[in-house]
Amino acid sequence: MNILEFTGVIAIGSFVAGFLGSITGLGGGVVIVPLLALALGVDIRYAIGASLVSVIATSSGAAAAYVKEGFSNVRIGIFLEIATSAGALGGAFLATRLPVSVIGVIFGVVLLYSAYHAMSGKSEHAASTQAPDPLAVRLQMDASYPGDHGPVAYHVEHVPSGFGLMAIAGILSGLLGIGSGAVKVIAMDQIMGIPFKVSTATSNFMIGVTAAASAGVYLSRGYIDPGLAMPVMLGVLIGSTVGARFLTTARTPLLRKIFTGVISILALEMIYNSLSGKL
Amino acid sequence: MEPESGSLATEKMDIIIGNLLRAGVVLSGAIVFIGGIVYLCRHGFEMPAYHVFHGEPSDLRDISGILHDVLAFRGRGIIQLGLLLLIATPVARVAYLIYAFARQKDRLYAGVALIVLLLLAYGLSGARV
Repeated sequence: MNILEFTGVIAIGSFVAGFLGSITGLGGGVVIVPLLALALGVDIRYAIGASLVSVIATSSGAAAAYVKEGFSNVRIGIFLEIATSAGALGGAFLATRLPVSVIGVIFGVVLLYSAYHAMSGKSEHAASTQAPDPLAVRLQMDASYPGDHGPVAYHVEHVPSGFGLMAIAGILSGLLGIGSGAVKVIAMDQIMGIPFKVSTATSNFMIGVTAAASAGVYLSRGYIDPGLAMPVMLGVLIGSTVGARFLTTARTPLLRKIFTGVISILALEMIYNSLSGKL
Repeated sequence: MEPESGSLATEKMDIIIGNLLRAGVVLSGAIVFIGGIVYLCRHGFEMPAYHVFHGEPSDLRDISGILHDVLAFRGRGIIQLGLLLLIATPVARVAYLIYAFARQKDRLYAGVALIVLLLLAYGLSGARV
């Protein structure tokens, strides 16, 4: 396989990953690294660098749409971004120190978890009825989003725990080259009591900034290869854009199940290959 | 509750941010695409070598090296410029937030955005300890 064919295969794979990631809401980044590392034998560090770039592209590309809908909360996003950016720098630093096999095992475990999380579905929690959290009030985080019958106000709570989990999301993002959107949404939706729609929109908004923090480290350390990142970035970007158009017309529980199954298999293969030293 | 003018300002800020991000992505995607064509025309029939990690040459690791390669019309350098621009898009977003919060006289959040910007700058400088 020469570079031309190799690039074509990666571009098609990335397009499919971006498309499926977008319509299932699981993100395309999670399958890029296994695709490159397992199927094409690319060193996992190059794979992570290319994946990070595609994560920034999809996040920034989708953010424009989210922002117009008025769901994302810029104050919550930028405040928690202190934790995720610092975590991402730490994660990128770890990636340069840890053996490839350890990174592979962690990647597999995180993949398995996100598959499990996707299957168990999102639990709609009741709107917070508690008194406003003084810290959240001081940080001006309480706001409202456009509902069916006018603006819906919401309160934010448990800011320190959410902040802590965001730091972990940042570490995983920097270490594995993924957006770790699932962890970000859990931190906001489950812990901080932020409505699901606001959480996903704000998370998408944050993913690009988090990935930029570690991408800087990867670039300056020579982990981002242009020949590899080019088809990955363009493929994922076009795939997720097409997927976002699709999303409004099609509901896709079956596709979500299939994609979750694929992720689980990739996760097990990733762990097996790491432990047997094939990665 | 924010005064009406405040929330309007926030809304306008959100739209500017959204457009900024989209413009950055489209432009960087176009540059990466052009660089990709140059790269594939010149090296398409060589063999890829990604099995063994050896890191990128130093000219593809920092801004001055990348610009040097772009002026020499090297495909890999042009792609890297597009990727650099892509990484800069969220950074520009954070920088704009500092300005926007400062204009709203929101010192707390201008400070928060500044901390994030410094973290990003530290990463781009290679995060050497």
